Amino acid sequence: MEQKQETLLEIHDLSVSFRMYGEGLSQKDLQVISNLHLRIRPGEIVAVAGSSGSGKSLLASAILGILPSNATVKGHVHFRGQELTPQMQRELRGKEIALVPQSVAYLDPLMRVGRQVDGASKPRPTQQRRRLFRRLELPERTENLYPFQLSGGMARRVLVSTALLTEASLIIADEPTPGMSLEQALEALKMFREMADGGKSVLLITHDIDLAFEFADRVAVFYAGTTVEIAPVEDFRAGPEALRHPYSQALWRALPQNGFVPIDGFQPYAGSLPQGCLFAPRCPHATEQCHRQTPPIREVRGGEVRCFYGA
Amino acid sequence: MRRFNRRTQVVFLAALLAVMLLGVYLVGALIPESAYASNYLTAKQPPSWAHPFGTDSLGRDLLMRTLKGLSISMTVGLAASAISAVIAVLVGIAAATGAKWVDAVINWIIDLVMGVPHTILVILISFALGRGLRGLLIGIAATHWCSLARLIRGEVLQLRNETYIAVSRRLGKGSGWILAHHLLPHLVPQFFVGLILTFPHAILHEASISFLGFGLPPEQPAIGIILSESMKYLSTGMWWSAVFPGLLLVLNVLLVDKLGDQLRRILDPSSAQE
Amino acid sequence: MALEAKNISFRYSRKEPWVLQACDLSLARGERLALFAPSGYGKTTLARLLAGYLTPTEGQVLLDGAPLPKTGVCPVQLIFQHPEKAINPRWRLKRVLEEGGILREDILDAFGIERPWLDRFPRELSGGELQRFCVARALMSGADYLICDEISTMLDVITQAQIWNVILDEAARRNMGLIAVTHNRHLARRVAGRIYDLSRRQWDAADSNGA
Repeated sequence: MEQKQETLLEIHDLSVSFRMYGEGLSQKDLQVISNLHLRIRPGEIVAVAGSSGSGKSLLASAILGILPSNATVKGHVHFRGQELTPQMQRELRGKEIALVPQSVAYLDPLMRVGRQVDGASKPRPTQQRRRLFRRLELPERTENLYPFQLSGGMARRVLVSTALLTEASLIIADEPTPGMSLEQALEALKMFREMADGGKSVLLITHDIDLAFEFADRVAVFYAGTTVEIAPVEDFRAGPEALRHPYSQALWRALPQNGFVPIDGFQPYAGSLPQGCLFAPRCPHATEQCHRQTPPIREVRGGEVRCFYGA
Repeated sequence: MRRFNRRTQVVFLAALLAVMLLGVYLVGALIPESAYASNYLTAKQPPSWAHPFGTDSLGRDLLMRTLKGLSISMTVGLAASAISAVIAVLVGIAAATGAKWVDAVINWIIDLVMGVPHTILVILISFALGRGLRGLLIGIAATHWCSLARLIRGEVLQLRNETYIAVSRRLGKGSGWILAHHLLPHLVPQFFVGLILTFPHAILHEASISFLGFGLPPEQPAIGIILSESMKYLSTGMWWSAVFPGLLLVLNVLLVDKLGDQLRRILDPSSAQE
Repeated sequence: MALEAKNISFRYSRKEPWVLQACDLSLARGERLALFAPSGYGKTTLARLLAGYLTPTEGQVLLDGAPLPKTGVCPVQLIFQHPEKAINPRWRLKRVLEEGGILREDILDAFGIERPWLDRFPRELSGGELQRFCVARALMSGADYLICDEISTMLDVITQAQIWNVILDEAARRNMGLIAVTHNRHLARRVAGRIYDLSRRQWDAADSNGA
């Protein structure tokens, strides 16, 4: 029980599949997230890094219970030690768990931005919101604009401030920074950092590894819909020797500042996932066992890795 | 219907419709005139095994007359909606790609046509062209292209701004090539959905205009004529003379409408994953 | 033999503010240049002007001393940030490639494009795979200059390195001019010989190691 109290959100063996049309009239299930693990403690920022198609954006929808109707979810999501049911998700959404969505489409197109960000809470946090806007370099007049009048970067900053104003204990930020200038992105992330230091948790979903390395406490690396490694951010700064999974090592080596050396091949598609370890076809160390069996997630040197050999 | 997925429903509906169309056509074409000729001995009979739909005031078999009428209605409906769909595509593309004044003129005409009740317009046009099949066909075709034309204009305007069209230009493709390879194929589904959704309207308009006496001549057994004649005898208790032909017409229209709607949903990218 | 921007400015209409003002730039064949700036400094506009997608309000874009050709295959090809928008969603990928010219096996191999993908539709492939097709299409068109506008911003770093390594090889082999538009300083340093900072309107002295 002690253990559970310390974890705010725990995701265990989560799978998400979609019902799709196949050839002709048949429908089939397409598994896009499989055996996903993640744990977030109060006061930390966990970055989820992975390419498009790794299932990282669906993770947010799965936690909030806003997947489209043709999706099936299996596995367990615990929030404060309690299993998340659809009803709980409805109750927690926007109150205990806040989302920074990817696009302005989530804003009410007919409501001025200022009123919208203030939300329904009373007393209205107008002063606080104005401070936030100033920090994010949003001009004074922004509060009187309608969502369609915002540029891409402004919209992201508005969305970020919406989440920062809530009393939520978990903030899920889905690609919050594209379109922002470097200074604005850094400011936004600094604000997430302050929230975390104040005891809240932030799940930062991003494909921008540099940003993740800069601000997160731990980084979860996603590959083809599963978690391959979760490690303290220092290990990612230290280099490939400190990392546990060959895919994380390959990511590190492919960064422009670290060699720009890619490995061959592609992330497999949902629907044609290989048997055994999903990374095995591209892995330089893969053995026969890797091609047959899915490796379990193991604790190694203060991190977690889904690999038979990671050490 | 939830047990079947949308594609299965469409295939099912299309098959049912095909069977009905074919059946009605075949029967309509094969029925000799004698099958629904006047016969005063059998006038005003309620439904029986010999006459499942009953007979009318002149003793004509209503089942045969309804089938024949339906086949005429469907011919008119299909021809009219096909013509109006073609008009819609041409007008829509012209509005979207032509000069500003072309667009303005077309929009003005669309507003005009849509502003006047269709029934009145169809009556005026078919009357001006001399009543009968030709006038009715042109009248219906000339009034039903507007909403599809608007849809296609919007679609083309949006397509023209697509990045891949601009890329195509920089890869050396000319306007004609882009129209034929990028634009037109994109409009094919819109065209067919538009056609199918116009079809029931056209049939209903044909029936209502004929009902009012402005459409097909009374000697032709169109559904509208049958219904119009049965009106006179409804008060004498001849319920069957209106109920069966009417039901068959409504069934037909609903079937086509449902098919068109399901097809539209399948082709609509926002519901593509269902 | 160069692609030049001569004092170009751009705005969408008279009522709107300038997106880009008085910009000069020159790129010779075989040269690699990075345009670096945070968002909001008109990098994308400049890229589109240089590739002929937009016409400058003032000034000129010249290719070997003459304006960019209006018809025919443009020798300056632009690669976009979002590959899915630069591809007709209803076309199989083979057709997409053929729009650029004759299929070239060597380019397909260099990008690791698997042959079964050619029969698929764009929605069946990920952004990284589609971006390979976009670059391959531009290369097959026989372009002399390639302008890459944030082409790997939405991709994972492994795909980014894969695509850029092929582009750099091809550019060197065919003596192409290359402009990389990016907000990532590390990437700019890695792929370009010199870096122009559009926000400060100056060559990045620290990184310029000559062209």
